[in-house]
Amino acid sequence: MTTTTASAQPGERTVGKSSPGTARGPRRRPGRIRRIGLPYLLLLPALLLELLVHLVPMVIGIVMSFKELTQFYIRDWTTAPWTGLDNFTMSVDFDAPVGEALLHSFLVTCAFTILSVGLCWLIGTAAAICMQDAFRGRGLLRAIFLVPYALPVYAAVITWAFMFQHDNGLVNHVLHDQLGLTDKPSFWLIGDNSFVALLVVSVWKGWPFAFLIVMAGLQNIPKELYEAAALDGAGVWQQIRRITLPSLRPVNQVLVLVLFLWTFNDFNTPFVLFGKAAPEAADLISIHIYQSSFVTWNFGAGSAMSVLLLLFLLLVTGVYLFVTSRTARAPRNPQERKTADV
Amino acid sequence: MRSIRAAAVGAVTMSLALAATACGGGSSSGGGSNDSPKELTYWASNQGASVEVDKKVLQPELDKFEKETGIKVKLEVVPWSDLLNRILTATTSGQGPDVLNIGNTWSASLQATGALLPWDSKNFEKIGGRDRFVDSALGSTGVEGQDPAAVPLYSMAYALYYNKQMFADAGITKPPATWDELVETGKKISKDGKWGLGAEGSNLSNNIHQVFVLAKQHGADFFTADGKPDFTSEGAVAAVKQYVDLMAKDKVVAPGNAEYAQNQSLSDFAKGKTAMVLWQTASATFKTMGMKDDEWGVAPAPVPSGAPGAGKATNSMVAGINMAVFKNSDNLDGATKFVKFMTSDAEQKLLNKAYGSIPPVKAAQSDPAFNTQGTTVLRETLATSAAALPQVPDESQFETAVGTAVKELFADAANGREVTTESVKEKLAKAQQQMPNK
Repeated sequence: MTTTTASAQPGERTVGKSSPGTARGPRRRPGRIRRIGLPYLLLLPALLLELLVHLVPMVIGIVMSFKELTQFYIRDWTTAPWTGLDNFTMSVDFDAPVGEALLHSFLVTCAFTILSVGLCWLIGTAAAICMQDAFRGRGLLRAIFLVPYALPVYAAVITWAFMFQHDNGLVNHVLHDQLGLTDKPSFWLIGDNSFVALLVVSVWKGWPFAFLIVMAGLQNIPKELYEAAALDGAGVWQQIRRITLPSLRPVNQVLVLVLFLWTFNDFNTPFVLFGKAAPEAADLISIHIYQSSFVTWNFGAGSAMSVLLLLFLLLVTGVYLFVTSRTARAPRNPQERKTADV
Repeated sequence: MRSIRAAAVGAVTMSLALAATACGGGSSSGGGSNDSPKELTYWASNQGASVEVDKKVLQPELDKFEKETGIKVKLEVVPWSDLLNRILTATTSGQGPDVLNIGNTWSASLQATGALLPWDSKNFEKIGGRDRFVDSALGSTGVEGQDPAAVPLYSMAYALYYNKQMFADAGITKPPATWDELVETGKKISKDGKWGLGAEGSNLSNNIHQVFVLAKQHGADFFTADGKPDFTSEGAVAAVKQYVDLMAKDKVVAPGNAEYAQNQSLSDFAKGKTAMVLWQTASATFKTMGMKDDEWGVAPAPVPSGAPGAGKATNSMVAGINMAVFKNSDNLDGATKFVKFMTSDAEQKLLNKAYGSIPPVKAAQSDPAFNTQGTTVLRETLATSAAALPQVPDESQFETAVGTAVKELFADAANGREVTTESVKEKLAKAQQQMPNK
């Protein structure tokens, strides 16, 4: 008796909880609908606008991919003749030049993306871990690290383009004139080296984002875990491997995915570095599609390539989310147990 | 965890949507009218050293036009790199200027869109008649046999510019007239960090202009008579190889020029690093780069025989700017009046003088200003030995495809890779396969 009055005292919370049978009638439903429905209602205008801004052009793009859209029809693209799957078959006919070039560009993009995302993640994570413990000048260093991320892309990339110039560029000046690493000045903006140049700029531009996200993720790891691990004799490597990386998993999951999508679709970097006709070695797919549609005025073929790219990215992302969410869920419990044990 | 996944899904959806919206567009409709008779929008191409220079040249003339007719012209100077895309966008959306400048090599490509006002005899009458214009300039205003899509505004031609001091230092007394002489001269100069000839290996349009002229000299064209691409003929291959060999084999062009696309070869010339450039109307640019008029000389671009003329003695493409009117303009009369004003004798003299180009209007050419060192050669070239680029709808695709092939060959040459007839032919065959109308 005394216990029930005492537990009823603190508030209505317990009352609601303790009398579900009577409250769960038709009386409660409107409030619940309002509570659950209201956020969606509030989201609706934004959702509609989003659809309008993104979905409509997307649908138009897909329709265009089935049309023969050249300069003769761009004035009113709806009048362009239907070509069925012609644009698609042309794009994936890897024995013919158009398909061969697209495949080449796709492979270059895959290699570029894997390297760029990998390096961005590695450098960003390493830097974030190094910056974790407080020391003199940490704030300043953190700020400096973020400079590439804060600079306008165009200004940053054009500066790199100047530095990569054959005759007057800083890169050749340092590598060739000062360090004597090459027998003669190299070309960075044309020929095979252009891939390296593109990768350098992309990593330079991308890693601060990884740094920022990982740094934020690190703040959530309780200090006690490290202290306990240190007491048990775990070294720095062990701490990183057993505590830091597993705890960062959900952060990394998003980070790698976003970096992948940004890098795979990156248009600004190659366009500013190389112009409308990128060297073969650095012919990223975004530029390739741009050239196929806007420069050679074959918008139908360009749209078809865009749709293929969309399908590919959807597939990769779907598989990635499926795999990572499964593996993230599966070892989670033993992991938590393990860290709790420590 | 769930919120992170939701965020990831959101980010993915956004990125995918952005990827797919790379191609969008709208439809446009209708012809023009005279609903808005007091206003015009004009997109001018960038002719001077900068957009600002152009505004300074053009604005007083537009004010003059407003005083005469009461029509206010809103000016926008569009840089070259943006111009074609801007025109394409305006064509698809129907939201463009009333009057615009186009590169004359694009005439047939843009004509095919049907967005430009055709200049039939009635329209030509309104601006004083077709006969006022030089024939060679009219040759690049659209497909032969159709009403022109534009009216010539400024004419230009290629010539060989040379540095007098560098020639004197190397003991050269007269500018080369044949390609053999040019290579010989170039070899004499190309040493100690100095080079014989400048090139813009990564500038697609410039590559096209140069190899087009060389192809003419080899008796070839890049299109068949019925407008089909024909990039791999013996003459075309020989032309491209000859041009790239200036760097690869003859070594009179600096390897670094392979990545030039921003007129760096002109600044090298002005700095005395290269002794010759093949360029169109460069005098105004040299002046802005600090070179005095008596420091450079100008001669006709080389031909195999040494004597420029028609056919195999062609030594320039017909370069220049045309003026076009968007069909859906809501001030068609005003637009025509404005074209009449800009192509009038007085304005032609004034504007072409400011830009160092040649008036495509016959009556204006007699002005002594076009009889100077910088302009005489150009005027004669235009009149006797220049040919218009193929006036076919696929011209702009040709510029990209073949221009890129030449760029890649220059990259090979610069990196010390061999450039052979086979490798040239292979690149050109690939370019041809990318043409929509093969």
